Amino acid sequence: MNVVLAGVAAGSAAGFLRRYEAIRDRLPGDPQPRARAAASLERHGLPQRSAEAWKYTDLRRLWEGRFGEADASFDASALLRRVLDRAGLAFDGEEALPRLVFVDGTLSAGLSRLPQGCDCSGFGGIDVDAPVAHPMMALNAMLARDGAVIRVPAGLDACGLLLVTLGTGTVGAHLHHRVVLEEGARLSLLEVASGEGDYLNEGVFAFEVGRGAHVSHVRLQQDAPGALSFSTVRAHLAERSAYDGFNLALGAALARHEVHATLAGPNAIVHVNGAQLLADSQVADLTSVIAHDAPGCNSRQTVKNVLTGRARGVFQGRIVVARVAQKTDGYQMNQALLLSEQAEIDTKPELEIYADDVKCSHGATAGALDEEQLFYMRSRGVPLVEARAILVRAFLDDALALVEDETARAVLDRAVAAWWEGRSA
Amino acid sequence: MPAVAETLNTVESLTQSSYKWGFETDIEMDLAPKGLSEDTIRLISARKEEPDWLLAWRLKAYAAWQTMQAPGWGKIGHPPIDFQDVHYYAAPKKKPGPKSLDEVDPELLAVYEKLGIPLKERAMLAGVEVPDGGEADGRDGRPQIAVDAVFDSVSVATTFRSTLAKAGVIFCPISEAVREHPDLVRQYLGSVVPAADNFYAALNSAVFTDGSFVFIPKGVKCPMELSTYFRINAKNTGQFERTLIIAEDGASVSYLEGCTAPMRDENQLHAAVVELVAMDDASIKYSTVQNWYPGDANGKGGIYNFVTKRGACRGARSKISWTQVETGSAITWKYPSCILQGEGSVGEFYSVAVTNNHQQADTGTKMLHIGRNTRSTIVAKTISAGRSDSTYRGLVRVMPKASGARNFTQCDSLLIGDQCGAHTVPYIENRNMTAKTEHEATTSKISEDQLFYCRSRGLSEEDAVGMIVNGFCKDVLKELPMEFAVEAQKLLQVSLEGSVG
Amino acid sequence: MSAFLSIAGLHASIDDNGTRKPILNGVDLDVPAGEVHAIMGPNGSGKSTLSYVLAGREDYEVTAGTALFKGEDLLAMEPDARAAAGVFLAFQAPVELPGVNNANFLRTAVNAVRRARGEAEMDSMQFLKAARAQARALSMPEDLLKRNVNVGFSGGEKKRNEVLQMALLGPSLAILDETDSGLDIDALRIVAEGVKALRSPSFSALVITHHQRLLDYLVPDRVHVMARGRILRSGGPELAHQLEAQGYAGFLAEAA
Repeated sequence: MNVVLAGVAAGSAAGFLRRYEAIRDRLPGDPQPRARAAASLERHGLPQRSAEAWKYTDLRRLWEGRFGEADASFDASALLRRVLDRAGLAFDGEEALPRLVFVDGTLSAGLSRLPQGCDCSGFGGIDVDAPVAHPMMALNAMLARDGAVIRVPAGLDACGLLLVTLGTGTVGAHLHHRVVLEEGARLSLLEVASGEGDYLNEGVFAFEVGRGAHVSHVRLQQDAPGALSFSTVRAHLAERSAYDGFNLALGAALARHEVHATLAGPNAIVHVNGAQLLADSQVADLTSVIAHDAPGCNSRQTVKNVLTGRARGVFQGRIVVARVAQKTDGYQMNQALLLSEQAEIDTKPELEIYADDVKCSHGATAGALDEEQLFYMRSRGVPLVEARAILVRAFLDDALALVEDETARAVLDRAVAAWWEGRSA
Repeated sequence: MPAVAETLNTVESLTQSSYKWGFETDIEMDLAPKGLSEDTIRLISARKEEPDWLLAWRLKAYAAWQTMQAPGWGKIGHPPIDFQDVHYYAAPKKKPGPKSLDEVDPELLAVYEKLGIPLKERAMLAGVEVPDGGEADGRDGRPQIAVDAVFDSVSVATTFRSTLAKAGVIFCPISEAVREHPDLVRQYLGSVVPAADNFYAALNSAVFTDGSFVFIPKGVKCPMELSTYFRINAKNTGQFERTLIIAEDGASVSYLEGCTAPMRDENQLHAAVVELVAMDDASIKYSTVQNWYPGDANGKGGIYNFVTKRGACRGARSKISWTQVETGSAITWKYPSCILQGEGSVGEFYSVAVTNNHQQADTGTKMLHIGRNTRSTIVAKTISAGRSDSTYRGLVRVMPKASGARNFTQCDSLLIGDQCGAHTVPYIENRNMTAKTEHEATTSKISEDQLFYCRSRGLSEEDAVGMIVNGFCKDVLKELPMEFAVEAQKLLQVSLEGSVG
Repeated sequence: MSAFLSIAGLHASIDDNGTRKPILNGVDLDVPAGEVHAIMGPNGSGKSTLSYVLAGREDYEVTAGTALFKGEDLLAMEPDARAAAGVFLAFQAPVELPGVNNANFLRTAVNAVRRARGEAEMDSMQFLKAARAQARALSMPEDLLKRNVNVGFSGGEKKRNEVLQMALLGPSLAILDETDSGLDIDALRIVAEGVKALRSPSFSALVITHHQRLLDYLVPDRVHVMARGRILRSGGPELAHQLEAQGYAGFLAEAA
């Protein structure tokens, strides 16, 4: 369990600020953005539900939790082996993907297998322009001291890269990754987040996608049941580039995956797809803000929620179309299957549109499994448990089918099947 | 020249479109001094000869209001409102009992004429004493409509009262209901929108001056449409009317409201509260054509319209249906809502919101599903033109006990020109697995293909746009009572005049 | 000796926003093994309800009566257990299953039923071979097997898909709920052939229909007229002709 501080004021970032004070002299890179972030957190604290953007996600566990430093002597190889095994990925040998492995917020060189061709140097520091008004980005700017810097040179197809983040104990991990794709480059990034304990896994990704470049970012969030998991993606897209994201949220007590994408060049494409499969009293939140700042861009979101127990799924999606962004094509769809009496889905899809020649739409549905479909299948002899499994799978298929990378797709399929087996067992 | 560019030219050339209801009427007024204080409230209460409980209720609301802040979440912007710079009470000075139209203040009659109220009703509204049975004959076979006219702060007259009384229906100014039916008013007032519900509702509760009261007893189907015309006339006045409609078991009523105001350079405040109560099997249909003065082409003047409308479906199988056509006001902030408590109760919200020039509208609904098998439908059409901003904001909340609840929401936005904004902000919260919610929203523009097709068939661009816009709004307009639908269609065209594209 | 299918005094109702609405008001019906029986009757007479109640749909509450199938209490069984026991309902409006592949669904169903009957499961090669053969026999384009169950199927394709499922599941009692509605004459013949192919001393069918047409192909042993939730009259095939010629009015008046 996280150690709960008695009497922590609502929304207080005091625990994190104390930690910053203790380690600030040892943090790498430019101290300026860190100091700004700390000042912002000190002034505004962590958001409460009265803040519109956090209306559906209660951060009490974050401000009440006390997260500490990593044990540098910990050998995570057995843990990594288990995590890769569960995902159906090879640990070593020819089959093994090139990978970067972070344990408790630090790169483990011993467990990583650096890829050929693209440059994967160490921590690149915090952006000078880190938007510290955002609480997670501020926490990250203040405390992150490691992360991947991946640069794919112009025209290169870097193929698949695996990024694993492992958390343990009550460690607070803050990673700041930077991924740069030069003109026409390609990268398929598969991220697996997992671990053991009541840790905090907080990460920021900064993607810069150059002209005509294409990045696929598939996440399998399988953090431990007691963990808190936050990932914040900033993607800046140049002309004709594409960010193709998929987030499968299965783990953590409380998780939020947030994507801020800016379509800065004409005819760029962004996909923020995902699925949230939740049980017990899990909460998972997929929030996105997609800014169409150039004409002819395309944004797509298909998100599915399967909720059992007392779980709560949250979807917030905002498409903002600037005046110049004519011929925008924006689409959001959030669907939820409620499989228990106490499950809840909260949806807020938002369109904010200032250009007149656009095609934007969103949809949202929520409900239980269709009784008529179940009866039809049972009248054909399919037992109830199997009929439910088939319908849940079919429900998820629309979204999963959007994952184009075959390796990533197989990892997700396997994780979904295992999740369902764990539920219906 | 491409259709859009051409249209934009047309837009500019026509931006001086006139607000034809913008006449000002010079009528002798009884005006309270500017400003809001306990004294103002005591004065209003005294003028209306109210009982002590109501004064106490107002003062409590006022105390609550003083601790509250104007809500900041709407997508609207305006300079801070100086609540001390407003007259909270203005009434036409009334002389007792004119015997014929000749004795009536001709200015008042002119107002009714401009509002399009038929002669006979004008007489009644002006308080001309009508011989028995005089109100019973229909007008050239057209359906009869009973009218209550609220002029600034005061209801000036209500027609067809004896016909309605025969059916057991009470339709009168709320100030009169306070005197004549105190128990009913006391039982229901504030029971749907509590005095301190929100900033503007609290303000209204403190200072409301008049409005309509409707009571439909058990099993009665109201024999005619009921209607209220609201008119802000005096300068620097706010209008704070309060409407209360109660439909007992098995009762039904259709109620219409229309609103207009003179063209003035300053902004005027309108903060109304409407409460509806529907018991078992009762049904209330509430239609609004809101045409307050929207301000001029440069955004000067216009009404600030902050309205709280809420209906409680208390009884099983009760139904409350809101239909609104919002074309006026500089700022519109309203969310007609339904509390679906009774098993199998039904809530509906049909809305067309048109903004042009510098208008801002943030409007939508709330559907709270509490009872089993409750159903709601939301159809919202948003049209933005000129430099305006229009937002649909809606909440659908399904509570854990609302098994079998259903919601369907359709929001469509149409942008006309590239200087405006159209936004959609739905909140959907589902806490019951057997409930089903569906939401669809689209944003688009009038396609050049559609425009070209219409024009190649000989329609002018204005007519083509009018036709396409009317088609876009059809699902909502068809919910309006016939006579209102025609008026609303014309209004849409006029509102978009000079900004089509 | 109890009949193959024996329904006695069957009452059933449906919940209509808090009030219970009775639909079946005492159905008595025996279908011996090897026979085809037709049920005819006006809209709202309870024909489809009877088929749903026999297949085990939960929205209907059985308030009285019994239904025995091969001596077993059908009403106590789960819908999938009824399918395993040999009951097949061809739906009047077959349900669409978006995202569920038709061939996979069929194989899952066939194997579930085979498992329950203690038969060996079919592997995908065996199954596909059998399914393709049946599809050809029903003149179904093969791509219907690859598509999602009933999604985007035409009315005729849906009905043929029902018959395909029936053929593969090999039931001993088929209930055809207006399987003929919306079919052109060729499709009708194909559907009828599909049912005929199953005819044997151990197979019975209950054919619910409005029209004589299907009965020209599938000559019934008995015809029952249903109205107001009861069987009003039973007779031989000639009863269907009489109904076609005279309508239901006479029967209804007689019963009133």
